[in-house]
Amino acid sequence: MPELRNFTLNFGPQHPAAHGVLRMVLELDGEVVMRADPHIGLLHRATEKLAENKTWIQSVPYMDRLDYMSMMCNEHAYCMAIERLLGIEVPIRAQYIRVMFDEITRILNHLLWVGCHGLDVGAMTMVLYAFREREDLIDAYEAVSGARMHAAYYRPGGVYRDLPDRMPQYQESKWKSAAQIKPFNDVRSGTLLDFLDDFSGRFPKLLDEYETLLTDNRIWKQRLVNVGIVSPERALQRGFSGPMLRGSGIAWDLRKKQPYEVYDRVDFDIPVGVTGDSYDRYLVRMEEMRQSNRILKQCIEWLRQNPGPVMSDNHKVAPPDREAMKSNMEELIHHFKLCTEGIHVPEGEAYSAVEHPKGEFGIYVISDGANKPYRLKIRPPGYVHLSAMDEMVRGHMLADVVTIIGSQDVVFGEIDR
Amino acid sequence: MSATLEALSQNLQEHLGDRVKSLKMLFGEVTIEVDSADYLAVMQTLRDEPALSFEELIDLCGVDYSAYGNVERVGKRFAAVSHLLSITRNWRLRVRCFAPDDDFPSLPSLTSVWNSVNWFEREAFDLYGIVFPGHDDLRRILTDYGFVGHPFRKDFPIAGYVEMRYDPEQQRVIYQPVTIEPREITPRIVREATYGNVDNA
Repeated sequence: MPELRNFTLNFGPQHPAAHGVLRMVLELDGEVVMRADPHIGLLHRATEKLAENKTWIQSVPYMDRLDYMSMMCNEHAYCMAIERLLGIEVPIRAQYIRVMFDEITRILNHLLWVGCHGLDVGAMTMVLYAFREREDLIDAYEAVSGARMHAAYYRPGGVYRDLPDRMPQYQESKWKSAAQIKPFNDVRSGTLLDFLDDFSGRFPKLLDEYETLLTDNRIWKQRLVNVGIVSPERALQRGFSGPMLRGSGIAWDLRKKQPYEVYDRVDFDIPVGVTGDSYDRYLVRMEEMRQSNRILKQCIEWLRQNPGPVMSDNHKVAPPDREAMKSNMEELIHHFKLCTEGIHVPEGEAYSAVEHPKGEFGIYVISDGANKPYRLKIRPPGYVHLSAMDEMVRGHMLADVVTIIGSQDVVFGEIDR
Repeated sequence: MSATLEALSQNLQEHLGDRVKSLKMLFGEVTIEVDSADYLAVMQTLRDEPALSFEELIDLCGVDYSAYGNVERVGKRFAAVSHLLSITRNWRLRVRCFAPDDDFPSLPSLTSVWNSVNWFEREAFDLYGIVFPGHDDLRRILTDYGFVGHPFRKDFPIAGYVEMRYDPEQQRVIYQPVTIEPREITPRIVREATYGNVDNA
């Protein structure tokens, strides 16, 4: 009888289902995974070390590049940490804008996730629909910050500028006739809030469409149900957060339990899973998109009625406006000091966490009173979830590894930092 | 909020007693410092004691205090800082533990208390060179295979020591000393405590 041995398989780092640069060494017994050893760090850019050598404000754009699928939520945690150390108040309108864009970001992230997860598992069309809606939301990013992905829109003390009164329009070209672009420009004819209002009106229906494609789809269920089950006890042991924890049946959401900004003023529910398998996590995320849409609507309503400042008027932190700067010596000095030396954050340490689309995203900063952080630690949710990979895939088939990576919603920008 | 913090600090003092070296409440967060000898036992108590019940370890990171405040450091250099979260009690805690030896920083591993600490300790080892006896798989995690040194230490230059390029003569990728000139556009300045004080804006 020939000798039977386990064999090892190298998965990635350039595998399309590895969601980036994940390399996994899988030990297989036939087609059953006995052990998985994820090798990460192939996208390590030492963001934390770079931040120690940049002024506080210069690191804001780095935050976008962490989890490059939910850009503004990363900035949010960073700005909140600085604001906590400085002890400054963010204007209420800026808080609403932040909440609104956090929820837009959540929808953006979950749309990409459901599309790519579909691709991995074999539902090829899902990604096309998901990207259709992402386009609208990315346009909202562009309208407000000028960048479609790496917005750098949240700043310590508020947000960079108020919501724009008009949306960018599609231009006629030799590929797109005036008749073709008309429906796109019609919804973009009003303000950003009008556009988002229109979006939030049609989005629940589109979500229903996605669900008809997936939720009761036999193949989808065969691939997801009972794959990668995590019990609530294990989820806590492994430090899970966000949809991964809620999928395991623990109703924990920082937006409800430790509300920041104006989350205590908006109305929404937290979906919770039952079995803790990949299918439950799918359902949780789908429902989260509906709830985000609800929050989005409430924010639009509030923002329409309440104009006001969006940036702190404290010029030790936020730059003065252009006009004042050019007519006033005091403002000029403030501007000069802010743009050369940067803000000084008093000595101390703070940890601020936000309910990021992927889980709890935390920023731990230590300041020694300088114009640069002494230490910045990013607590990435995906890193913790991926560290449970071995436990989750053990005993599953090779094909289920792809499902589990998908249901963890990993993005390597944040895992490798 | 502060009532919760009061309750937390009271419970901490009650159950940990003099094992808490210092307890600070700042910015709505509670920080305790523990001795490395008590570290593991304290963490075990923090998890298991129902009056504290920190079920989750959110984060653990290494810190190198050697350049703190731009002055010569007195006291220990390396610390591991962990952030704990209690789901049932809805509170957070920060625990700092300094490694006793600066030349060979070492702290007991918490993997038996919280499994989630596994990769965080690997990271602290990789970036700061803090070793965690009791950890069964203390490999490098974020840096390259075969990397030398611990890049997040304050004495490690930001550009590193080596760079990589393709050498057409040898027809392979080679490592060579860095050719980047170190430059600092904005110097690091520590002002007097009231300088950044936003109250006198």
